[in-house]
Amino acid sequence: MGQVVLKDINKFYDSVHAVKDVNLQIRDKEFVVFVGPSGCGKTTTLRMIAGLEAISSGDISIDGQVVNDLAPMDRDIAMVFQNYALYPHMSVYDNMAFGLKMRKFDRSEIGQRVKEAADILGIGEYLKRKPRQLSGGQRQRVALGRAIVRHPRVFLFDEPLSNLDAKLRVQMRVELKKLHLRLGTTAIYVTHDQVEAMTLGDRVVVMKDGWVQQVGEPLELYNRPANKFVAGFIGSPAMNFATVTMTNGNGRVVAKNAGLEIEVPGREAERLLAHVGRQVTLGIRPEDLHVARDGDPAGLTFNSKVEVVEQLGSEILLDVRVGDSSMVASVEPTTRVKVQETMRLAINPERLHFFDASTEAAI
Amino acid sequence: MIEGAIWRRWVFFYIPLTLFLIFLLFPFYWMIITTFRPDGELYRPWRAVNYNPFWTWHPTLLHIKYLFTETMFSTWLVNTMFIALASTAISLFCGIFAGYALSRLNFPFAGSLGTGIFVTYLVPQTLLFIPLSEIIRNYKLGDTPWSLILTYPTFLIPFCTWLMMGYFKAVPKELEECARIDGASRWQAMLYIIIPVAVPGILSAGIFAFTLSWNEFIYALVFLSSPEQKTVPVGVVSELIRGDVFFWGPLMAGALLGSIPVAIAYSFFVEHYVSGLTGSVKG
Repeated sequence: MGQVVLKDINKFYDSVHAVKDVNLQIRDKEFVVFVGPSGCGKTTTLRMIAGLEAISSGDISIDGQVVNDLAPMDRDIAMVFQNYALYPHMSVYDNMAFGLKMRKFDRSEIGQRVKEAADILGIGEYLKRKPRQLSGGQRQRVALGRAIVRHPRVFLFDEPLSNLDAKLRVQMRVELKKLHLRLGTTAIYVTHDQVEAMTLGDRVVVMKDGWVQQVGEPLELYNRPANKFVAGFIGSPAMNFATVTMTNGNGRVVAKNAGLEIEVPGREAERLLAHVGRQVTLGIRPEDLHVARDGDPAGLTFNSKVEVVEQLGSEILLDVRVGDSSMVASVEPTTRVKVQETMRLAINPERLHFFDASTEAAI
Repeated sequence: MIEGAIWRRWVFFYIPLTLFLIFLLFPFYWMIITTFRPDGELYRPWRAVNYNPFWTWHPTLLHIKYLFTETMFSTWLVNTMFIALASTAISLFCGIFAGYALSRLNFPFAGSLGTGIFVTYLVPQTLLFIPLSEIIRNYKLGDTPWSLILTYPTFLIPFCTWLMMGYFKAVPKELEECARIDGASRWQAMLYIIIPVAVPGILSAGIFAFTLSWNEFIYALVFLSSPEQKTVPVGVVSELIRGDVFFWGPLMAGALLGSIPVAIAYSFFVEHYVSGLTGSVKG
């Protein structure tokens, strides 16, 4: 079992309010990712779950037991640190066995568990080496192994992949996912990388300035972001934003600014009626833009001036200027386009996002 | 290494280095040569024929023999070794724990306490021996090894504490946090993880403390009086300089033999000691 419940968690460092009223129920076997920019309180939250930071107010419980005042060793958790934190004077075997020795397991059980974990991670041949004789990826595996051998109720990961190079990071990401499927242990994972969050998490918690912005499955965050921050943070390249004024003429709701005049399709229009005459923020993802074709409704197309062309092979990213704002569009790799050209782009009608200009909440 | 023409390498590297080495090692060389030079050569006027101050053709072990048979040099060696080891052990023990506490535990005034300890190290021994001698007399410790074993830590503990503080600060705190999640108590985490990782720092603190107490002069001179209690630095000076007569041969032999244990200690731990001073923890 490994059910973790955070109830009204707050953390103060002197006068700094680092974590604000976090409420979260993490189910058994779930992989939950905390994501957000640096200083958003995600690592502090993780460290409070680990017992490395005291909780200023609120309750953390694991499997129904409140663990606020329990020492880290008594919480039955394992943690993987960003810098691996391998014990430099111990061999790989001793690093992995340390937690079991401290818990007074007998020698044969320790040997068996270490071997099992080493086999899963493919580090069996390095057991006698010291950490400094290993590469970054191998050290990362040892750090994982050290967590696995304990068979804890919850795994905590504090940006475990951020010290690896880009290629290895992708590889380890896949392995982490496989490992979780295989072991089925509840995992809480902290990262600032939204790609890691999207690919690893069963659910993702987006944080900013100590507040939880949104909790949801990865696609839920992508398709229905709760506010402008989540919309901009999830997805790469980031969502385009433009300030528009809503107008209502002849039963048509139109979002308008210097370079845009977009007719909001039916269902969305009803929700936006209340905002007619006001300014709102329009959000369009780069991948929801395409080069306008003949069949595209005129109300969903607009003219843009191409400023930069980025060829990625699988797609082309166009930095375009629309009126007085700039946007990024991801278009077909076969598109022929030149800098300074004027291009007509069309919006996928189902994929418009609107945010309140002052509260930034989704409309 | 100096780049470029060969003459540049000589002018800017080899020649200055050689001069520096000669300057540094000459006293040591002088000590050795005097130790093995017979008295007849030592006390010959410099205008004499065949005067050759830098070399001898008649090496002798007489001075060393004199040292061990006519003086209590072997007793002094044992005394010095015992006093140095005991005060180093006390100072290291206190320094390790104090350094750990000051660098790792959050308690009020930790910072100012650390500075305070450093300030006590700055008080010169030449002032401190006056009140200390009063204390030594009151506790009737005068003329015993304990007078030194208990007073050397007054300057060794601040020194070890500061060295260890710096070293513990360089050990990533995640190591300890990881150990505590792994099931170790704070005490076990310190014992099994932090202290083994800090071994280079502990060794360099130990070597320094040992050297300082081995070479210490003023406390030993003031607190010890009978010849059989003396340490090497005091014994050699007080027993081999009688009035205005300097027994140069045995004096230099004593200095040479007295510096050998320190040289051995340094060369033995030199690698650990360098990495201890530069504070490197390989993760």
